Parts: sequence; structure tokens; C-alpha cells
Amino acid sequence: MSETGRILVDTATRLFQNIVTPNELARAEAGEWPGNLWNAVEELGLPLALVPEDQGGFGIDPVEALAAVRVAAAFALPLPLGETMLANRLLAGAGIDSPGGALSVAPTTTAGRTAHPLALVPENGGWRLTGVARRVPWGGKVSDVVVVAEAAGVPHVALVPAGRFDVAPGNNLAGEPRDDLTFGCLLEPSQVAPAAGVTPEGLHAAGAALRSIQIAGALARVLEMTVQYASERSQFGRPIGKFQAIQQSLAVLAGQTAAASAAADLAAEAITAPVGDHRIAVAKARTGEAASVAAAIAHQVHGAIGFTHEHSLHHLTRRLWSWRDEFGNDAEWSRRLGHAAIAAGADGLWPMITAA
Amino acid sequence: MTAFTFPAPPPADVEGLRAEVRDFLATELAARKPRDRARSWSGFDADFSRKLGERGWIGMTWPKAYGGHERSALERYVVLEEMLAAGAPVAAHWIADRQSGPLLLKVGTEEQRQTILPRIAAGECFFCIGMSEPDSGSDLAAVRTRATPVEGGFRVTGTKLWTTYAHKSHYMILFCRTGSQEERQGGTSQLLVDLNTPGITIRPIADLSGEHHFNEVVFEDAFIPDSALIGRMGDGWNQVMGELAFERSGPERFLSSFTLLVEVVRALGDDPSDRAREAVGRLTAHLVTLRRLSRSVAGMLQNGENPALQAALVKDLGALVEQEIPEIVRGVVSVEPSLQADTELAAVLAHTILNAPAFSLRGGTREILRGIIARGLGLR
Repeated sequence: MSETGRILVDTATRLFQNIVTPNELARAEAGEWPGNLWNAVEELGLPLALVPEDQGGFGIDPVEALAAVRVAAAFALPLPLGETMLANRLLAGAGIDSPGGALSVAPTTTAGRTAHPLALVPENGGWRLTGVARRVPWGGKVSDVVVVAEAAGVPHVALVPAGRFDVAPGNNLAGEPRDDLTFGCLLEPSQVAPAAGVTPEGLHAAGAALRSIQIAGALARVLEMTVQYASERSQFGRPIGKFQAIQQSLAVLAGQTAAASAAADLAAEAITAPVGDHRIAVAKARTGEAASVAAAIAHQVHGAIGFTHEHSLHHLTRRLWSWRDEFGNDAEWSRRLGHAAIAAGADGLWPMITAA
Repeated sequence: MTAFTFPAPPPADVEGLRAEVRDFLATELAARKPRDRARSWSGFDADFSRKLGERGWIGMTWPKAYGGHERSALERYVVLEEMLAAGAPVAAHWIADRQSGPLLLKVGTEEQRQTILPRIAAGECFFCIGMSEPDSGSDLAAVRTRATPVEGGFRVTGTKLWTTYAHKSHYMILFCRTGSQEERQGGTSQLLVDLNTPGITIRPIADLSGEHHFNEVVFEDAFIPDSALIGRMGDGWNQVMGELAFERSGPERFLSSFTLLVEVVRALGDDPSDRAREAVGRLTAHLVTLRRLSRSVAGMLQNGENPALQAALVKDLGALVEQEIPEIVRGVVSVEPSLQADTELAAVLAHTILNAPAFSLRGGTREILRGIIARGLGLR
């Protein structure tokens, strides 16, 4: 990692450690927009990290920029940071000015099925956007939503300000907003442009990459918390971390965390790759599985205290249980990858693995 | 942070080399059936090893002065993984290339290096490892084979167990006790033992599939000259721990069942079930991830770091996947495993089932590895 990358990660770590308090998490989960947290994130310039410099961004290498998303996930930052970074990059790619503020992206597939596809039709010199996007992260909270929709068969990026769509609020297991948005609005010509190389499918994959990276970040923190707890909590006259049974469980937790981290690195490297790059499928499939195994171990080691609302473990484990199913779960991405592997054939399997 | 770091694998311009290796293997292995390929790193073929030596693919990273080729650890990694994925019979030179040669290079005497390393690199000198003993198992510090200093050398007495291919090797790296039993780790040393030495008896031990790889090697007052001492007296333990990082993180730690995965993809054909797709995809995701972790360790080794913890993690994760593959295959195709079967899938499945228990035993049992990981987490 470069000097810039390291500084970014260190700064983000210090910031989130200080500002993401239990109170902030509780208020955000109750539906309050954490405006002061957002201001701190904007001051760091993170929303524009993935936007090229000549378009007013910071042009940070995606792997390094997304390391900040990993850190945010480790502290359960209750904001659409990754979504905003992605949205700004999509806008920049299409040559649409970013409105600033918190943004989100509207996936057009959810839980393995294609939702009502969004459609753009020219109307009165502008565009009419119609359709429904389901479970849009923070869709009812952000100032604008970025969608990728087809116009006469060509994918376009559209910027849709809040207030121009209906919101049916929903939540994931961690209380993060996942809202259904119904579009039926007119957009200005300046708000719509052909998407350079991005398709609805590509947006789905980019979202999967984002969640893989977040899972890796949360798991790193879960491992740290669980090891610390095992070193402090005494039973039968010694810390439970001295018992071999607990040590063996924690070793498995560490292994899953390492695997998730490596898989998330693949996702970060591939986030701007063309659709069909297998690395994101690998990442979502592997991190999803790691999340399941690791969250179960973390709760087992934490015992009853970790099952309470008082304890902070659930802020991470409920996110893990949600994120593994968002933008396609591990089973869905495994099937896609398996489809490609079987199509590559027995003699093409190894070349496919080494190419990833 | 508690999490272990696995830096991105160093970039390596290896695709030319990879293509060269694939071409070579396509020709050399054309006649080998999947059931033979499934053996890979237990497949012993001295002719094949000599051909690899001629191509410069043994001792790749060693100095040219010792018959090596001064190539990078990542280039060596590519050759290794291509061999294993294709099911090449690499057992003859495997230990020498992977463990014994690097050990001699690191701590051997100049004479040992000059006489042994060029022969290994040529694919003409094979090694076995004398670590395990009856009653020692994973508790390596419990070794009892004793080398007693005498005029001009040592008298060695004791028994080594599970010694793979001792019956076809020229030398053994013997881990033995030169100090007292009470010193545990401190009283151990390593000797370079010519297996033609009088007083050494090699007896076969069949594994559960009936094959002969293992041996019991008995030393009865065998005389080993002073010149055989590797490194420093009493330093055996530290030397062995260094060796194990090489041994635990390579592609052999997640590709043992790969031939079976290849054959099940072949058997699934054009119309796999969703369940089969999901299973193959999940395993592919595991292998891609393991490969990245493993190449990361190769990069750390290349930088002269000591990634012993990371290596233990890779081996533990790898063995889990290797052992899962036969179970998953059973779930997506209906086939009765049989070593004598007409179909390659049934024979490869049989071989893999019968060998899978070893995957989490060899090179340190799962429980020992997880103990090492727990130590790395600060719990012990």
C-alpha cells in the first residue's frame, strides 16, 4: 500500500473510532440521519475518492480508496459511504456533475431475481424514468439516487434527486435502511447520460464487491473483539482463551477472517473491471461463507453477554448476516461462478482459476 | 489489529513461463490417466524428475553456483502449481527441492552444498525427511533417536516413522537428539544421512489403500561422519521450524483433490443441476482465495520474512477444502468409488477418499496448526 493509502486508512481508523459511538449507532438505527457523522466523512473527502482528479475527485487507486470502506465497516459506520463513492464514480464516468452529499445506487436485481427493470424513455426534451428498484441502500435517506437503466437497449446513468420517487421504507437485520423506490418522473437532459461501460449487471457486481469488502472489514473487528473478550473473561479460574477448545475455535475464526480479507482484495482490484470478471463472484461467494462461519463462532465465544443489546458485537454480526445476502448471496454468486467453470470445461477449469 | 496480514502477492511476469510449463506437461503427461494424475505429489517417477531438472525447474531459486537458476520464488510457484494441477508425478524430487535443498543452502556447509545441491537441481538426487518417530507424532520435541558423538562423527540409534519414499531416496535429513532428553528443543540437531550407510534398515508400511509410500527407518549404531552435521549442534529445532514455513503454505496444501474436481466437471457435462453449479462455484471460489493467500506467503518468503503463522493458516484452510471435495462430489454425482473401476471418476474418487484423512495430518495435525494460530493471536 502506498503512503497515501496508509495515511487514508490511519486517518479513517482514528476518525471512526472516535465518532461512531454506541449512541450514534442507536440513533441511526432508530431512523435518524447521522448528519454530524456524514459531515466528518465529507471533510475527509472520502465520497470523491474514486473520482478521477480531472473531474474534481481524488483519483485514489480503488484498492486504497476502498480500504477506507473496510475501516468504516469495522466500526459499523451507519452511512452509505461505499454507495456514495460508487455513485460518484458512475456519475463521473457518464460526465454528469455530482450534486455532492450522500448518494446511493439502485440495484435492479435483488435476491437473485430481476426486479422490474428500470426504463428511460425520451420525453419533452428530457427523460422519463419508470420502474421499481427494491431494497435500495439508504434510498429514502440520501439526497440523490444514481440508477443505471436502459434507454432503447443502451445502459444510461441517471441522477434522481430525492422527492422525485416514492419511498417504501424497509430495513436490513442491522437496521440499515433498505427502501423500495418507485420511479415515475421526468429528468432533465443534464441528469441522464450513456453509461460508459456500466450495465445494470455491472452495478449489481460492483455492489457485491462493496459488500465483500465491508464483510472483510467487519470480520477483522469481530476477530479482534472476540480474541480480546476471550483474554479477559475468566471461567473456572482462568481466561477462557486459555482453554484449547476456545483456542481452536478462534483459530478457525482467524482463518475465515484471513480468507475473507484476501477475497475482498480480489473484489477491490476488480471493482472497475468489465462485467464477467470472476474475481467479484469469488469474493462475494467466499466472504459470504466466511461471514456465516465467523459470526457463529464470535457469538459462541462471547456467550450470553454477546447476545444482549447492551453489547456491541451485534452491530457487526447483524451487518454480516445482512451483507452476505445483499447484491446476491454466496449461493447465487457460487452458481454464477460454477456455471462459468463448468462451461470452461474440465480442461479449462485450472486456466480459469489462475486467470482470476 | 489481531488479523494476520497477507500482503498482495508480488507481481510477476510469469505467463510466458506458465505457457512453457503447460506445453511441456501436455506432452509429458499425455498418456497418464486421471487416476494416475490424482496421485501427483505421491507419484514417484525418476525419469520425469530428471527431465524437469534438464528444463531448469528444480532448484529454480538457488544460486547458479550450486546448479540453481536464480529465478524468483513466484516463478518457482508457477511451476509447482502447474505440476500439481496437472497431476504430474513430482514425488521423487519433491522433498529435496522444497525442503532439503533450501535447508542446505541456508545452513549447510560449503562441501554439502557443492556436492549435493547440483545433483538435486539436476533431478538426480532424492531426499526423505526423518522427523517423525514412534510415540512422537506432532510432539516433535519428544524425539528419541540419539546421535552420540564419537571419534570422527556420531553413532546413531533409534527409529524414524512415516518416512515417505525412504526406500527410493538417496539421503535423509535426520532430526535427532544430540543433547539430553530434558533439554527438549535445545538438545536437537540435524544430520545429512546417506541411506546406504551400514546399520540402517528401511521397512515398508502400507497405507490404508494398501500403497507403499511410508517406511520405518531403523538406525542401529550407524556411524555418521562429522561432515554430515547440518548447521550448528543443538540448533536442530530452529532449523526445522524454518523448514516448516516452506512446507505448509505451498499449492500442494490445497490442490491434493484437484484432479477429482476436474473429473467431476468433466462428468457434469452440458446440463449440470443448480446444486452442481453452486458446489463447483463454491469450491472454485475457495481455490482462487487459497491461491491468493498462498502466493502472498510465497512473496513473504521471497522477501526473507518468516510467515510461519500465515503458512499454518493456509495449510489449515487448504486441508479443509481438500477434504471437502470428495464429500461434495458425492453430493452432485452418483458414483460408487472403486480403485479398480472402469470409469476414471470412480477411480479418482476412490483414491481421494482413501487419501483424504492424511491431508489434515501430514505437515502438522489440524489441532497443532490451530494451536500455532492461537499463539499468534496472543492466546498462549
